[in-house]
Amino acid sequence: MNYIEVNNNQRIHLSTIPILEYDNFADVIVNFLKSDIKYHCVNYFGYLEKENIKLICCIADDSKHSINVLSSIVKSSDKLQSITPNHYAMHIFEREIHENFGIDFIEHPWLKPVRYSFNRADKNSNIANYPFYKIDSEELHEVGVGPIHAGVIEPGHFRFICNGEQILHLEIQLGYQHRGIEQLILEKKNLLQRTTIVENIAGDTVVGHTVAFAQAMESLCGFLPSEALQFERVLALEHERIAIHTGDLSAICTDVAYQLGSSVFGRLRTPVINYFQQWCGNRLAKGLIRVGKTNFQFSDNLAEKWLEVFNAYKPDFQEMCDEIFDLPSILARLEKTGTVSTETATKIGTVGMSARASNLNRDIRFSHPSGYYNKLNYMPILGKSGDVHARAKLRKDEINTSIELITKMLAKYPKHNSNEPVIGVPVADSFVISLVEGWRGEICHCAITDDKGELKMYKIKDPSLHNWLALALSVRNNEISDFPICNKSFNLSYCGHDL
Amino acid sequence: MLSFILIILVSFVFTGIVIRTKSLASGRKGPGIFQPMKDIYRLFKKGAVYSDTTSIIFQIAPTIYFASIIMAILVLPFGHSKGVISFSYDFVFFAYVLAMGKFFNIISALDTGSSFEGMGASREALFSMLAEPAFFILMGSLALLTGYSSFQEIFMTFHFGSYTSYAIGALATFVLILICMVENSRMPIDDPKTHLELTMIHEVMILDNSGFDLGLILHGTNMKFALYGALIANLFMGNLPLYYSIPLFIFIQSIFAIVVGLLESFTARFRMSHNAQFILVLSSVSLLVFFSVLMVMGKFN
Repeated sequence: MNYIEVNNNQRIHLSTIPILEYDNFADVIVNFLKSDIKYHCVNYFGYLEKENIKLICCIADDSKHSINVLSSIVKSSDKLQSITPNHYAMHIFEREIHENFGIDFIEHPWLKPVRYSFNRADKNSNIANYPFYKIDSEELHEVGVGPIHAGVIEPGHFRFICNGEQILHLEIQLGYQHRGIEQLILEKKNLLQRTTIVENIAGDTVVGHTVAFAQAMESLCGFLPSEALQFERVLALEHERIAIHTGDLSAICTDVAYQLGSSVFGRLRTPVINYFQQWCGNRLAKGLIRVGKTNFQFSDNLAEKWLEVFNAYKPDFQEMCDEIFDLPSILARLEKTGTVSTETATKIGTVGMSARASNLNRDIRFSHPSGYYNKLNYMPILGKSGDVHARAKLRKDEINTSIELITKMLAKYPKHNSNEPVIGVPVADSFVISLVEGWRGEICHCAITDDKGELKMYKIKDPSLHNWLALALSVRNNEISDFPICNKSFNLSYCGHDL
Repeated sequence: MLSFILIILVSFVFTGIVIRTKSLASGRKGPGIFQPMKDIYRLFKKGAVYSDTTSIIFQIAPTIYFASIIMAILVLPFGHSKGVISFSYDFVFFAYVLAMGKFFNIISALDTGSSFEGMGASREALFSMLAEPAFFILMGSLALLTGYSSFQEIFMTFHFGSYTSYAIGALATFVLILICMVENSRMPIDDPKTHLELTMIHEVMILDNSGFDLGLILHGTNMKFALYGALIANLFMGNLPLYYSIPLFIFIQSIFAIVVGLLESFTARFRMSHNAQFILVLSSVSLLVFFSVLMVMGKFN
């Protein structure tokens, strides 16, 4: 067997992952990715193991709801045949491995730095000498934006090559936010400290990342979360989705200078995120998700409050949506702006909401459901056109579906027992992969323990890692003044990418 | 002199009214109507910071811009009383003295050497250029209709004797409001509130201006609003005695400010490439005015 098939959140012994020769390893990956659209690579990373580097590749199989894991052992001085020319979606993983270990991938189009991690192989390469794509034309001009964002959100540098008002090329350089999250998780031995770090991977996906972490840790410890716990996590995930999507709709309206939509959606978002405050004392849901337990049990009182909040929310939301998806001046801005075709989305491995807007079915809730999602039989919503309008509309539809979903869940939900089991310690030499559909897309956490049961490797992948390229491609041949609206329609995370 | 004083007075509250209208339209309370002036007063008390790459142009441009607007205001009449400066074809002077201010604004933006400001300058130049024919066709038609060639004489003679002149007045108002929006880089051409440099037109040109200079440019916008408001008001005042015309002037200016506020509240900004088409539409509406004037004068027999 060339690979081992695991389920989402299934713990396996590290030695059961087949170790292949690199050439064979690359072939297997290419064959998977080429054979069918249902395969996509959810994570591909390396880690040091006794002077050598162990590469682990996880390929999700959407139809069998499983993940195929395979590995290979290489040396940092090796020159390996790149997979990217055969499948572009792999470019970012290979760049990351190259950056961290100095492995040369032959025929990789451009082994550009990803984030200048502190433990990178080549210390001479830094942000000051970043190799930008250059033009050599008198006719074209370059516009550099950032790294300080005009709205002071997060740092990132965008360099446009324009022909007048038309964008020919956009290069996005990130890495300013790199904090060494993966390393920090290994260094801090305390579970609570680790959870707090995970909560801060991306401030807008607190629930998403923490649920992925909690599920990975629980699987490592062989702990089965109670049904009530699983229910709470799904509720929090969907609630986070509603909150952020509403905020995004407001931001999209702001960027097309439609004041009414901007202020109405802004107002609607507030009670939604304030609900988290009522539940766990933090508007961003920090502290809500904990490994193996919860400090804030869901109650009838909270259920009632939730219904109250959304009874007020729904009519106003509906009215405003009817307005913006019907107003010619807005449609003129949204439609056919920032289009990502299904073909492009598939090629570059777009995930999550951005993929679904381009009619590419990537939804972990459907393909690899875990916990309470198994009971819900969630069906993904797909957009068609892949433009800003499709992404805005998808947000509206997902909000409505999430509200429906939670309302249904609240009709009859599991309660906590008084004597719930306590989580144990991680099992030695294990590997676990945890996939969660955050509001932005698939979040993938992989954990590996050593022979003492200590975490040896913790790998995090935020959906932004793939989707930034989708943004860069979507703005080509658009006007430069439409870039902000395209950017907002993706709403990608800088720190989720930079870790 | 009366028009000068009134326009300056109106300019103090104009943007305040616009912002208040926008706030109320979106269900918020909003700041007081003197808030923009308070901000400008704060800026006037500050010094300006100049970057090393800029030259003298960048330092004098805001003052010239401000002066050009004052100059343009001096030309405007108030009903039957002349402006401080008044001569034949003064509307040509009016248009080009404003254009000169804008020209300095544009070269000062280029002077900073920033890629953003160059982008904004090119957009502003293009859009003002496209708006120019609309203004001249309009004023030319009014001159043709009345047979006079200075602002004061044109407005004195232009009164609502027939339905046609109502129609012409309405069309002229429409054109003037939208020229004003273009000239001031307001919605739906440009979004003054945005923080996104890439979508800005006017705002991106003044990114490097600070303190006193910025105050001058901001108040310049207020005065430009009041200036166009005065032009519109003049269309309706004609020969009315002062005790009617002054309240009418203030009323028209307030209505104008509220219309601007509402226009900015309930539409989205145009796509940049549609702006050019939109501004050309203004010229065609002006042509409509021109043809109706020809019709009134019996040129089509």
